Amino acid sequence: MALDLQQIQRVAKLARLDVDPARAQRYAQELGAILELVDRLQAVDTSGVEPLLHPVGMVQRLRADVATESDHRAAFQAVAPAVDSGLYLVPKVIE
Amino acid sequence: MHEKSIKELSAALRAREFSSRELTQHFLDRITALDARLNSFITVTAQRALDQADAADKRFATGGDLPRMLGIPIAQKDIFCTQGVRSSCGSRMLDSFVAPYDATVVHKLHAEAGAPMLGKCNMDEFAMGSSNETSFYGPVKNPWDTARVPGGSSGGSAAAVAASLAAAATATDTGGSIRQPAALTGLTGIKPTYGRVSRYGMIAFASSLDQGGVIAHSAEDAACVLGAMVGFDERDSTSVDRPSEDYVAALDKPLAGLRIGLPAEYFAEGLDAAVGDAVRAAAKVLEELGARCTEVQLPHSMLSVPAYYVIAPAEASSNLSRYDGVRYGYRAANAGTLEEMYRRSRAEGFGAEVQRRIMIGTYVLSHGYYDAYYLQAQKVRHLIAEDFARAFEQVDVLLGPTTADVAFMLGEKTGDPVSMYLNDIYTIAANLAGLPAMSLPCGFKEVGGHELPIGLQLMGPHFEEARLLNVAHQYQQATDWHRRRPAGFE
Amino acid sequence: MDAIVVDSPWEAVIGLEVHCQLSTHSKIFSSATAAYGAEPNTQACAVDLGMPGVLPVFNAEALRMAVMFGLAIDATIAERCMFDRKHYFYPDLPKGYQISQWKLPIVSRGHLDIEVDGVAKRIDITRAHMEEDAGKSLHDAYPHMTGIDLNRAGTPLIEIVSEPDMRSAAEAVAYLKKLHQLVVYLGICDGNMQEGNFRCDANVSVRRRGAAGFGTRSETKNVNSFRYVEHAIEYEINRQIEVLESGGKVVQETRQFDPGSGQTRTLRVKEDADDYRYFPDPDLLPVICERETIDAIRAALPELPEAKRERFQRDYGLSAYDAATLTAERALAEYYEQVVTASGADAKLCANWVSTDLLGALNKAGQDIAGSPIPAVALAGLLKRIADGTISGKIAKDVFEAMYAGEAHGDGAADAIIKARGLVQITDTSAIEAAVDKVLAENPAQLEQYRAGKDRLFGFFVGQVMKATRGKANPALVNELLKRKLAG
Ligand SMILES: [Mg+2]
Ligand SMILES: [Zn+2]
Repeated sequence: MALDLQQIQRVAKLARLDVDPARAQRYAQELGAILELVDRLQAVDTSGVEPLLHPVGMVQRLRADVATESDHRAAFQAVAPAVDSGLYLVPKVIE
Repeated sequence: MHEKSIKELSAALRAREFSSRELTQHFLDRITALDARLNSFITVTAQRALDQADAADKRFATGGDLPRMLGIPIAQKDIFCTQGVRSSCGSRMLDSFVAPYDATVVHKLHAEAGAPMLGKCNMDEFAMGSSNETSFYGPVKNPWDTARVPGGSSGGSAAAVAASLAAAATATDTGGSIRQPAALTGLTGIKPTYGRVSRYGMIAFASSLDQGGVIAHSAEDAACVLGAMVGFDERDSTSVDRPSEDYVAALDKPLAGLRIGLPAEYFAEGLDAAVGDAVRAAAKVLEELGARCTEVQLPHSMLSVPAYYVIAPAEASSNLSRYDGVRYGYRAANAGTLEEMYRRSRAEGFGAEVQRRIMIGTYVLSHGYYDAYYLQAQKVRHLIAEDFARAFEQVDVLLGPTTADVAFMLGEKTGDPVSMYLNDIYTIAANLAGLPAMSLPCGFKEVGGHELPIGLQLMGPHFEEARLLNVAHQYQQATDWHRRRPAGFE
Repeated sequence: MDAIVVDSPWEAVIGLEVHCQLSTHSKIFSSATAAYGAEPNTQACAVDLGMPGVLPVFNAEALRMAVMFGLAIDATIAERCMFDRKHYFYPDLPKGYQISQWKLPIVSRGHLDIEVDGVAKRIDITRAHMEEDAGKSLHDAYPHMTGIDLNRAGTPLIEIVSEPDMRSAAEAVAYLKKLHQLVVYLGICDGNMQEGNFRCDANVSVRRRGAAGFGTRSETKNVNSFRYVEHAIEYEINRQIEVLESGGKVVQETRQFDPGSGQTRTLRVKEDADDYRYFPDPDLLPVICERETIDAIRAALPELPEAKRERFQRDYGLSAYDAATLTAERALAEYYEQVVTASGADAKLCANWVSTDLLGALNKAGQDIAGSPIPAVALAGLLKRIADGTISGKIAKDVFEAMYAGEAHGDGAADAIIKARGLVQITDTSAIEAAVDKVLAENPAQLEQYRAGKDRLFGFFVGQVMKATRGKANPALVNELLKRKLAG
């Protein structure tokens, strides 16, 4: 199954990846080849088969509602690209 | 010192034949002398290693009940977060990321078990790759032939241990990333049952497939390290709450009566003849040790790769959404708008293979394709798991090749993603089914004047890692493939 | 702005999505505190920040509260539910996805009964799912940057989605108030709309009256008061009617309400690219809620507003109106019942004092029952003195005012004030008789007129006697004695 360039750009936009035209061309090919590989799944009859979301059948454990974390803002923000007065900064969000 | 097994090293440390500091310094010296040829480390943490060695030596002096890994220097795959040390995951995206916390595995091995950490091993970027060529820090070379790949994604861990730059190394396995590099470098690597090793602080690739493990010289060494890694972790919802086992104590069990299954599909077209011969010969050795081999069928096994290349990219595209340049990691310079910052930070911070998988994953999850791809892949995954469940009604362990062939040349497959993906054809199914699986050396194939290792894969039912290590250890008592060392790194 | 008129050819169709913060101690998937109002990013732990390698673990209390809500609206509780990831990029959404529930929510198919202008109506609730809150973007703090505070990230929410069952802003507000009352009653939400505990998105469309299909809808986001919800919906209805009547088409879009102008404006038009790529969160496992667990939660549910109102009418003999007033808030109802029990006074008398005097004073002060300066037991102490005849109802008003002003504190505040001010009622017949005689003697003209048939002067004599006794005379005795003496 081949992907056209418009589909590539739509996916790139969803994934927030800059894709220049040359790379989009390559992706169209490569992703097409990968989809060809995974398209083998379509031929399998899976009627009545449950999806296996987790390999080991377990259920969610519940955590007691206790607040135990302390403030590590300084440590966390030491690796941040841009902070001021305890806030993370990003280019202005225009709405 | 570096040629000794972990058991031997531990005994020597306890007998004060040499100190952990001396041992650690020895490995650090080897890294300095030899790693330029391999590129197996992204970060060497010499001072931390020596400090931890000193702490271990103090504990030896005090005596008492000492952990088996105390004072044994090991390396961490750079996928595990290490507090105060860059935790890059092989990516430019995290080149500046000094983790503010330790992964549970890191805490267990270093803080609890007292093993000095020599450094952080190179890897395919975000563990996406089978050759270690996708790392931001450059490819790792195979010590058996430095023109060849060590496999991936735990290629740095494998190369470092193969070259005896560390007594062992942690690794992770999403589709074969422990077993395939172990196979290509003549080592023993084990991926335990999904949920056995905590994923907390292990940077996620595909959450339902990722599992931490170890690459070592032997099943016995692997048992020593794995024993210190496993255990329930309340910070990981998928962590299994089961008592830990003494893998070392289980190694000596005789194999009499062991039922081994050889999946017909794993010996079909595509398997290199020399590899097939070596694997069948290994089965013979195990039969001589008392095991019985039969052929079994895993009819859906050839759907593993397609199912995997839907599920893994889907989960990866989601897991990697957090790398947006806001709170940590790479941020593109001079982005005028938020959207531009996102798109450029991610396009510049991630390498080509990671972006390719994000694109695939985003596509298969996107509107209109979810049922056809993701849901269908998870259903096929169920069929694959059921194949194993049926097989394990007849046999105790499965035996087959780890890879179709020995290590390939650097650059040989980088232009063709699909042929690279087919590298994991025999290893992926165990991840889809969450089974414990391991690779151990079972022979060599001579290519172009180089002896290249061949890997044997063992797979078992859930939570039977002790059994796998036992079989591997018994095999290694009867063979010496695992004792061979690459020329120039003895 | 005119509301939609009855004979209009248009009909509004309204559905609400309400985000309700659950009042847990810790966050839904981390052990950071969920408290409000801390310094930016001091309550965001590694999990809330979406740091590499960290993992979510689900809070038991969030589940319990969600189940409580489901039971209270008579909904189906999923014995097995799942968490899904909803993907979109926004700087206050740390992981690039929100952990939410898509295919298998914890609560489905419930309902809430409302009443507007005496007409009862059932609003169906499609579903309520558990999810994590996002952080906050501060757009005005910097000229060219937006500041991000992730303290709120990971706060547990239930998102309550109604069917498009409402047909007017008034119905929508009635539903919203009812829902708000319910979650606060259940003790699962603080309900503080200013702090964003309870936020409403309104889906509004308009269609020709009698049409079967729906018109194109707009979604107005995050309206944070009942009044604004009413205004926003009314504005939307009229705007859409105007668009349609002028031959235009309503665009499917997200809008924002501006309280200043009372108008909504376009925030963003829904795009194809709005593709959330939901899939089950592989870091979390299926959540199992067994029958026994659900039954135990049901057994521990507090009495709900409707049941309480009926009981107040039945057991206390209150009017429907008083019962509704006193059960509007759980804390108020509890206050009232405490007053009844502690005073032993007539339940209706207690109801009057709580709903008229106390609520009146609190309203004037802009307070609610939690801010009452008079504890229930203290008010009961006052009513006890009315019941046993120590003071009259009229004197009691003065005592109440003194108590409210803080003249005395504690359970015995009323007694202390009565004693200090010498307000004990005169029930001594001879003392009152003396006062009556004195008043009659001092007002011969009025006496003459009264006896000539001007009955209305009876009140004048009562007033004079009360004045002479400084209000302390037992009114019943005054009446009785006056009647006898006036008759001659
Ligand atoms: Mg919504
Ligand atoms: Zn929501």
